[in-house]
Amino acid sequence: MIPISWILFLSLSLFSIGIFGVLARRNLLFILISLELMLNAVVILFIAGSRYHSVPVANSDGQIMYLLVLTLAASEIAVGLSLVIHMYRQHHHLDIDKLNKLRD
Amino acid sequence: MLETIFIITAAIILICALLTITAHNVVHALLYLVVTMLAVSLIFFILGSSFAAALQIIVYAGAIMVLFIFVTMMLHQGEKSLAQERHLFHFSTSITAFVLCSILFCELTFILFLAPSETSNTILIAQAPAITVKQIGQQLYGPYSLLVVISALMLLSALITAIHISKSAASAQIKPEDTNL
Amino acid sequence: MTDYSSLLSLIPMLPLLSAVILLFSNPSRLWVSILAVGSITSVALISLFLNYVYWQQTDFILKASLGSWIDIAQLSIGFGLYLDALSLVMITIISGVGALIHLYSTGFMYQDNSFKRYFTYLNLFVSAMLFLVLADNLLLLYLGWEGVGLCSYLLIGFWYQDSSNNFAANKAFLMTRIGDTAMAIGLFLLFTHLGTLDIQEIQAKAHTVWSLSDNTIASLCCLLLLGGAVGKSAQFPLQNWLPDAMAGPTPVSALIHAATMVTAGIYLIARNSQLFQLAPDVLYIVALIGTFTLLLGASAAMVQSDLKRILAYSTISQLGYMFLALGVGASASAVFHLMTHAFFKALLFLSAGALIYSLHHEHNIFKMGGLFKKLPVVAVSFAIGCSALASLPFTSGFFSKELILEQVIASNHIALWWVAVLGAFITAFYSARLFFVVFLGQTQLSPNNNPTKAMSMTLTILCIFALFGGIQPTGLTTLMPPLSSVNLTFLQHWLPIILPFIAISVAWWMFKTNRFGKTQHSTFKDIHQFLKSGWAFDSIYNVIFIIPFKYLCQLNKHDAIDLFYRLIEKISSVLHNIFSKFQNGQLRSYNASLVIFCILAFTWFISGELIR
Repeated sequence: MIPISWILFLSLSLFSIGIFGVLARRNLLFILISLELMLNAVVILFIAGSRYHSVPVANSDGQIMYLLVLTLAASEIAVGLSLVIHMYRQHHHLDIDKLNKLRD
Repeated sequence: MLETIFIITAAIILICALLTITAHNVVHALLYLVVTMLAVSLIFFILGSSFAAALQIIVYAGAIMVLFIFVTMMLHQGEKSLAQERHLFHFSTSITAFVLCSILFCELTFILFLAPSETSNTILIAQAPAITVKQIGQQLYGPYSLLVVISALMLLSALITAIHISKSAASAQIKPEDTNL
Repeated sequence: MTDYSSLLSLIPMLPLLSAVILLFSNPSRLWVSILAVGSITSVALISLFLNYVYWQQTDFILKASLGSWIDIAQLSIGFGLYLDALSLVMITIISGVGALIHLYSTGFMYQDNSFKRYFTYLNLFVSAMLFLVLADNLLLLYLGWEGVGLCSYLLIGFWYQDSSNNFAANKAFLMTRIGDTAMAIGLFLLFTHLGTLDIQEIQAKAHTVWSLSDNTIASLCCLLLLGGAVGKSAQFPLQNWLPDAMAGPTPVSALIHAATMVTAGIYLIARNSQLFQLAPDVLYIVALIGTFTLLLGASAAMVQSDLKRILAYSTISQLGYMFLALGVGASASAVFHLMTHAFFKALLFLSAGALIYSLHHEHNIFKMGGLFKKLPVVAVSFAIGCSALASLPFTSGFFSKELILEQVIASNHIALWWVAVLGAFITAFYSARLFFVVFLGQTQLSPNNNPTKAMSMTLTILCIFALFGGIQPTGLTTLMPPLSSVNLTFLQHWLPIILPFIAISVAWWMFKTNRFGKTQHSTFKDIHQFLKSGWAFDSIYNVIFIIPFKYLCQLNKHDAIDLFYRLIEKISSVLHNIFSKFQNGQLRSYNASLVIFCILAFTWFISGELIR
């Protein structure tokens, strides 16, 4: 019997690893990769939640939510990677610290 | 038994995640990420959601990661990229991020331990009835039909966006008249 | 007995109406004159009619009301008008002399471009003055008071293109303002202690609430009202605005600064005479101020070379006589002298105006001379005016001034009597000096044009009044009973009669030996300069008030109070600089701020949980 606190702990550590990746890396591809990690962390939580509430009758809400998150991840990656390609073609590097024109 | 499997799988996830984000080589990072995805899929199996687990492997590890690898193949330039990456990611530059994330992690665990312990803390796997794909299908076409339509719209918009952005990057030079909007 | 209150309410409203019409329209010169002179003349006719109606009655009261003004809780003030013997005398003088001066001005100001503006202001002035003297409560009186002050400012600075006229107007307004503030505080005190501002009620209530032994507050109120009177009537210490106020047109000086506005202070004290009886110390101060000022004015007029400044100092001096009379308790004789002074001073000012007009705006008397044959009408008016001023026997000025001197003796202030007699001597001296220097001797400047018909007619009418107007109205003595007459010694009776003749002979000797206009010894030069500057009051006030004020302004150069607001501005700009550094366009810093916020939110949540 797996206590829910273990799953919570797994989820939050994966999430914080993902945040560390987003903050610490300067390469745009790596940022997108860390974003995927964060999404996975959240999805573990959803599935565990639906399992936890499954006692009288089977609850499939978590998996449906997972479907949505998956769709979201797919679309986001599609757009994000096309932007990465665009950026590489224009600037010939993928350093986001150099993209700072959107300010006062 | 199940618990040991769970612990091992969790350990794999965390270790591979750490290796992902600290890699210098993009391809190494992507491979570690694929392993992480597979381990997450195993967690889903342990939790009884076989459909989600299958989807994770097919879509996430199979399509999205492949997309990543395609783009990396287009952009990766071997040793030059590696040197660039070493320059970009260094321990001394990431110390602030490390501090912030560790504080966040500590606070979240603290909140976790603040939660009142409940009697039915464990997930009862044996008592839980199995969830078939048919049931999921019935849910999708029943109460959650709107969700399906919306996700379809989202995919459509992403498709159009991706085509449009890639097209204007790949096409010829932008004519000077087009910039006077 | 028919009710004349509607006539009474017409009196202040007619000039106001014509002023408003002139303000908002632009008629031709002919119509402006007809409207302006016509309104004042009709007021004069109404007041003459009222005089006829109340001829034999000495104890009449006529009231009218133009509506309610303020009506809150205990304060209930209306536009009430009150006519008794005192106000009747005042409105007759104001409207009579005013009408003549309006007629004169149509001739004097004909060449001026701002003809209509002049008459607007002049009519507004007469209306405000009529409100002042007809008011039945002190607040309406104060309204008229402020109105005449305003019109005086507007008319002194009439030729505003020249900045020295503006300075003179400012000086007049600011100095009278000091007096007005004192008067306002007096009004507040009176209302607080007596609960009413109605003049007759104040006189009655004051005797019940206060008594002669318990009169500190009464003295304070009277002192403050005296402050207002001193400002308006150019007495010490607020007297040095009047000589500078001669920068305005000469008819304005005649109307405002000789006949009407400066008499407002005397009217105020005479009106409240029963209140002032509760404060004999204040009355003594009034007498002292009057004596000091009459000496100041007379001695300063002795050495002036500007024609209008001589007349201005002479006005100050004659007002001092009226204050002296008020101070010894002879209010009726003060008002009588006010009446005769209005006649002969207006005559003098208007003749001076005719002189200035004919000599093309020359003011220095030492540039004039021998004009007796060239300008006969002006010369005769000047002669009559100067003899009334010097109180030669059987002129109007003679009767009023002798009456004042008698009353001073009757009140047992012999020292003040001697000073007043000295003042009379100097008055006769300088009037003679003025006449001789301007009209006799060698002709230096020839007149260009003769005075117009309107001006000559006015001068003739005023000559008649100055000669034969020495009859004290009986109503005054009933209202403000004079002091019981006492037997005068031979000296006290005949000295004031002989003195003008002695003074004229001394002046004649000095004129013949050419001692006017030149100063020989150096000590004489210093005294001459001291007297000429009006006893150096301008420099004294400069040292006492203006220099320390400028020093304080210099200290506050960086504006200490503004420092607080600049500090606020400084803080906000510093904060702006700090906060704008957050918008640096770096994606990673935005992410970091998100994470920091999450951390802070979780910390708050945890601390909330821990506290519980």
